[in-house]
Amino acid sequence: MPMVPKRLKPYAMIAPALAVFSLFYLYPIGYMIHLSFHEWNFISPEKTYVGLGNYREMLTDDVFLQVLRNSALYTVMTVLLATGTALPLALWLNRKSGFHAFVQGAIFSPHIISLVSVSLLWSWLMDPEYGLLNGLLHWFGIGPLKWLNDPGTALLSLVIVAVWKNLGYNTIVFIAGLQSIPPELLEAAALDRSKPWTTFRRIILPMLSPTLFFLVIINLIGSFQVFETIAIMTQGGPVHSTNTLVYYIYEYGFRYFKIGHASAAGVILLVIVGTLTLGYFRLLSRRVHYYG
Amino acid sequence: MAPSRADARPVFATGRGAGRPAAARFRAALDAALRIANIVCMLLLVCVFALPFAWMISTSLKTLPETMRFPPDWIPDRPVWSNYADAWNSGPFPKYFLNSLIVSSGILVLQFLTIIPAAYAFARFRFPGRGLLFGLVMATLMIPPQLIFLPVYLMLSDWKLLNTHFALILPFASSAFGIFLLRQSFLQTAGELIEAARLDNAPEWKIMIRIMAPLARPVLATFALFSFISHWNDYFWPLVMTTNESARTLPIGIAKIRETEGTATWNVLMAANVMLAVPVLLAFFAAQRHIIRAFVYSGIK
Repeated sequence: MPMVPKRLKPYAMIAPALAVFSLFYLYPIGYMIHLSFHEWNFISPEKTYVGLGNYREMLTDDVFLQVLRNSALYTVMTVLLATGTALPLALWLNRKSGFHAFVQGAIFSPHIISLVSVSLLWSWLMDPEYGLLNGLLHWFGIGPLKWLNDPGTALLSLVIVAVWKNLGYNTIVFIAGLQSIPPELLEAAALDRSKPWTTFRRIILPMLSPTLFFLVIINLIGSFQVFETIAIMTQGGPVHSTNTLVYYIYEYGFRYFKIGHASAAGVILLVIVGTLTLGYFRLLSRRVHYYG
Repeated sequence: MAPSRADARPVFATGRGAGRPAAARFRAALDAALRIANIVCMLLLVCVFALPFAWMISTSLKTLPETMRFPPDWIPDRPVWSNYADAWNSGPFPKYFLNSLIVSSGILVLQFLTIIPAAYAFARFRFPGRGLLFGLVMATLMIPPQLIFLPVYLMLSDWKLLNTHFALILPFASSAFGIFLLRQSFLQTAGELIEAARLDNAPEWKIMIRIMAPLARPVLATFALFSFISHWNDYFWPLVMTTNESARTLPIGIAKIRETEGTATWNVLMAANVMLAVPVLLAFFAAQRHIIRAFVYSGIK
């Protein structure tokens, strides 16, 4: 074989993948940043340069500020509940028996079905007139609640759906983390008659910290991008109480055709996601307890 | 976690145990009670996840007036199977189904074609710029579709590809996660095997296809499960990239029933939802271990 093609071979093998990534991931980022400095309605041939105009307009827009607040609130509540509940569940369910596998499978099951299914199902469960949730509350003499139809409870209702969907995944990842703790450590602790709480604080929690960081960060990033449940269940309402970043970008792009404005919101989401990811890697690199 | 003490003892005081001091008998009874309480709590937990699905199936078999009873009933007076036919006939569902199949399998095939050589090159060759290029690939892991749909939409619109299968397939024709996973597996494959093959003058592509890929089969299967289910379920991308029936997938079709049938026909909507969710749930319970592994892996990027 001639020398030159051989040296180029690895590049040729990577090229198709790299072409996809450059075209559909890297280039669009640059294109979006470019668009965010322009005003464009998608139809006119002219894009008008407006500098930071779109950003200024957005940051003085009350709706956008509410969208940011909603996204932050939704994210914090979802992450706290979905990871905070998953850890005790994992400690409780971490055993290898058929019954435990069944329970783990049951709580994991919402994770593999489409968000469309989940959204339709919960819209009906939370129906203010005939929904099952109000039926159950009625049984306890509470309610009826308006769930998604009340600006005061709509965002919280979406958090409940997200926790229901993600709890199983988080729990299973925690269980995988627990099972990778060397059993000698736990045996040594048991020999020393260490109290369960001490074992948890001194051994389990430090050994689990990479898993914990990982889950917190992917839950954070995932929650900031919430779209499906909002598009199907609330359309951002009532009165913007569930309007969040991706839905806002979608509306400005596809309903109002303000491409520059939508792109500027996209850049802000990019900054948030980028900061979270970089923060995660900085934290990881400082941790010693990492076992990949 | 240490197994509970009850595991090592008879649950109830039998002949010999009856002679034990009252304190010991009390402990045994307490352990038994705790064990039962533990199981009951687990069953309650299962209910939190199973009841919504049961409710979905129950609603799908009700008449419309039955769905409007409060407090709600669990069992319909007579199961109404026609809800399923109504759901299926409310849109071009065979077309949606076919589109879903084309898109999910198209993505998978292209992903295999792009990730196997790339992962092989990253694992088995040393070449200038390898670290940089691998970093570039990994960087795309942090770019979710929700971040770049607008510019990609504009690009696909320029290329006249909206409302085609290409718009739904091409952006996912490769996978950074797949490359990462497969590279790990290739790195672990014994070098001697490859050296032997190289000495035999086997061409590189033959080594890749005949030796490496079969050895990585479990990883490929794991990745395939994850990729197929994720794209089968996807709602966001097809929603953004399609405006008519020509390339719309099943999740979009199901969500659209709300527009065609009216928002309050929950019995028909839940019948449609059963058709969307139950096959996936059945597949999940049939291959639970593999699917859970696929999704847990996918997180450990």
